[in-house]
Amino acid sequence: MSSLYEEIAPTPSDGTPVRRITVNVNGTDRTLDVEPRLLLADLLRQGLDLTGTHKGCDTSNCGACTVLVGGRPAKSCTMLAVQADGKEVQTVEGLATPSELHPIQEGFKQEHGLQCGFCTPGMMMAAKALLERNPDPTEDEIRWALSGNLCRCTGYQNIVKSVIWAAKKMRAESN
Amino acid sequence: MYPSRFKYESPTSVEAAIALLDAGKGDAKILAGGQSLVPMLKLRFAFPDQIVDINNIAGLNYHRFDADGSLHIGALCRHEDLEFSAEITKRQPTIAAAAPLVADPIVRARGTFVGSVCHADPQGDWAATMIALGGHLVVQGPKGKRTIEMKDFVLGPYANSLNYNEIAIEAVIPAPQGVARGGYLKLERRVGDFATASVAVSLDMSGDTVLRAGIALAGVGGKTIDANAEASGLVGQKLTEANIDKVAAAVAAKAEPRTDHRGSSDYKRQIIKTFVKRILIAQASQKAA
Repeated sequence: MSSLYEEIAPTPSDGTPVRRITVNVNGTDRTLDVEPRLLLADLLRQGLDLTGTHKGCDTSNCGACTVLVGGRPAKSCTMLAVQADGKEVQTVEGLATPSELHPIQEGFKQEHGLQCGFCTPGMMMAAKALLERNPDPTEDEIRWALSGNLCRCTGYQNIVKSVIWAAKKMRAESN
Repeated sequence: MYPSRFKYESPTSVEAAIALLDAGKGDAKILAGGQSLVPMLKLRFAFPDQIVDINNIAGLNYHRFDADGSLHIGALCRHEDLEFSAEITKRQPTIAAAAPLVADPIVRARGTFVGSVCHADPQGDWAATMIALGGHLVVQGPKGKRTIEMKDFVLGPYANSLNYNEIAIEAVIPAPQGVARGGYLKLERRVGDFATASVAVSLDMSGDTVLRAGIALAGVGGKTIDANAEASGLVGQKLTEANIDKVAAAVAAKAEPRTDHRGSSDYKRQIIKTFVKRILIAQASQKAA
């Protein structure tokens, strides 16, 4: 794959050098040639067909495109793909194993933490970042940690319950 | 939305980054956290020829208190690092109060303190905080390092006094005289929105006497508002109701708010006055250390 935006932009590349990057996505090294201006969200969605990462607003507001880069949450529409070179990126596709849902996914299922589901991947990745840092958050801490993720369906009530459910499950599993 | 084309380099030393900026002759831009720059690239408000990504330069991601009590924040220190720092919580109350109010949690995980100061957004939390704290920036260019006092740094909206071939490598907050007190309050319609009005207050105190006072405002003018002259009315005084009222009124008069969809100019001025009072009253009611 070469400069990805050529598919979008009608003008051919004007000689802007393409960079070869290697990104570890959900445990697998992927080597790609990308234009420096390619956004991480577009690399994941168009370059790697990982369409679980959603682009909601494309203006750094909604958090639907949240992934973990080096374990820290990042809005993948607000980061260049070249910046992920040599880094570990986790997307929502990396949560479940072939046989088992991740406790966060299970929590969203059990507590009905979604309606349309568009914000859910970003919510779950932001929740994962929170629970890795703070395995036993209060309701307030959960609301605070998810305040960069917008949901237009649920009123957040069940999303918060889902994260509480997941935190409990994860604590029980680690004991 | 995708940015216009640019050349990209990720040097591993400050010197190499400066060389790229120098060669760019003003058409090169530094990328640190990218939480303001990348949105501007996507909107094509910014269209540099060259992006200089400084994230691969080792040794810039730190915040530490030196033995003399001064606080040093490196160019790659993220907002979140300050928010979760036990030392900041204990020793630097103005920064501790502002850190959780910057943007939203995901932006705070990537965005940098120094980058935000350099961005010089009139709504920026950190430029206001730095002015209230009387901080300065250490900047490095082809001819070496120099210091820029924060009060001389913000020139206007999104304009700072860096030369095109200079990098701000560190923010410094001088050691407090006595005990560092202070706070930060911000009114926003929702998390991550531009502030309706924000107030940063820094006090150095000995017992219940104020030794130094700094106040700065964000969101209520074409640039960060420096109200340190108004705050200095507290120096040598105790935080009495009369003193607090006087300073709050003077600071509110210094604001230059404009009426918009976030509120009328009178409303914003009232918010400033109320926030200054709230922060100062909270300090007055704390036990003298």
